[in-house]
Amino acid sequence: MMNRREFCKKTMIVAGGLIIPLSALEVFNPRRLYAEKNDKGKVRWVFLVDVHKCVGCGFCVKACKIENDVTWDANVTRTWVERYVITRDGQTLIDSPKGARDGFTSQKIDQAHAGLKDVKPEDIAKGFFVPKLCNHCDNPPCVQVCPVGATYQTQDGVVLVDRTWCIGCGYCVMGCPYGVRYFHPQLHVAEKCTLCYHRLSQGMKTACVDACPFGARRVGNIRDPEDPVTKIITTEQVNVLKEEFGTKPQVFYLGSSMEVK
Amino acid sequence: MKNHVWRPLFIVLAIVAGILITRTLLVPDDFGIGERGYMYGWHRKSNEAEWKKYPVKYKTATVCIECHKDKYDDIKDSPHGSISCENCHGPNYDHPKDPLGLNIDRSRGLCIRCHAYLPYRDSARAKIPGIDPVKHYPQAECIMCHYPHDPTKSNPKHRNPEVKS
Repeated sequence: MMNRREFCKKTMIVAGGLIIPLSALEVFNPRRLYAEKNDKGKVRWVFLVDVHKCVGCGFCVKACKIENDVTWDANVTRTWVERYVITRDGQTLIDSPKGARDGFTSQKIDQAHAGLKDVKPEDIAKGFFVPKLCNHCDNPPCVQVCPVGATYQTQDGVVLVDRTWCIGCGYCVMGCPYGVRYFHPQLHVAEKCTLCYHRLSQGMKTACVDACPFGARRVGNIRDPEDPVTKIITTEQVNVLKEEFGTKPQVFYLGSSMEVK
Repeated sequence: MKNHVWRPLFIVLAIVAGILITRTLLVPDDFGIGERGYMYGWHRKSNEAEWKKYPVKYKTATVCIECHKDKYDDIKDSPHGSISCENCHGPNYDHPKDPLGLNIDRSRGLCIRCHAYLPYRDSARAKIPGIDPVKHYPQAECIMCHYPHDPTKSNPKHRNPEVKS
């Protein structure tokens, strides 16, 4: 007959003996733990833009427009490239003619109603190009404001629009602080960057990433610690746009400047 | 209780039932809270598959190489090697079935996307040889002198990176 002391002792030995080999098999990788902290899925798409590498050729915009059947001549685009010219007297001039669909081929900066502005090369302190696209935020305000559930976020973090379900109220177009949404000129529904969901789900990269000859645009999975894009985001100085809005944007910028908003 | 008290209640109940019936008829079966929860997840689940089915038009160079290995070898080590085939030759769609041939953009406008000189010293644009499109042989197409697959093979007489505005 086993007494209580014996029983407790043996139970602890057996339970401890079972636990030790299980925990010994688990090797803790702090970066994997960090990547998987708040998550259930294995994929979370993120985008990385290297401002230093962009030359403003606009091949990304052209490829996006063709790949996603974005109306070519209407003044709408899912992604665009902005030119920033900062003059020596502190002025910041920004333009993006046709969303840089045909690139930047002129030194004249389009200032809308103020006309084309020609800045003398000796007056330019710095000039650079910034590609922009949907930030596929972790807290997407455009999704939150949709009254019918036509726009939503997938488990892998891509914000999409259900074209058959959108009623065209335009709340999301207003709600996006980055101005990436617009109305489809023919379908009259809200439109936005899908992060080429059809390509990503086949293991391809987005059309803009494939079109960029300079590697200025990259797409990656932040949940995979071995992904080169994740390595850059976790180890180098990256920036996001309008962090103060609390949207947790997932497009990261390398080499961005304070003039970029 | 008297009839005039019950009557409006029946009308209200009928309206509520009507709304509920219309709702079940209109809302698709797979509409619901997705993986992203109550705040960001409401959607029609089958729409995800609809977006995944969207046709891919840019098939990337890996598809081009299958038939055009010679052209790939021609460009791969040149300064233009990083440019995707489809940037100039146009998207693949279902080539060679549909379309049979691709519409190649040989225009000046394509070349000056990168090679129009812009005076931004710190941007990557400054590292690319640039010309002033208005002054540099505006009457000619670039490819009349320059070989697009390998610009180093061009006629040196016509290649002058120093031409600036």
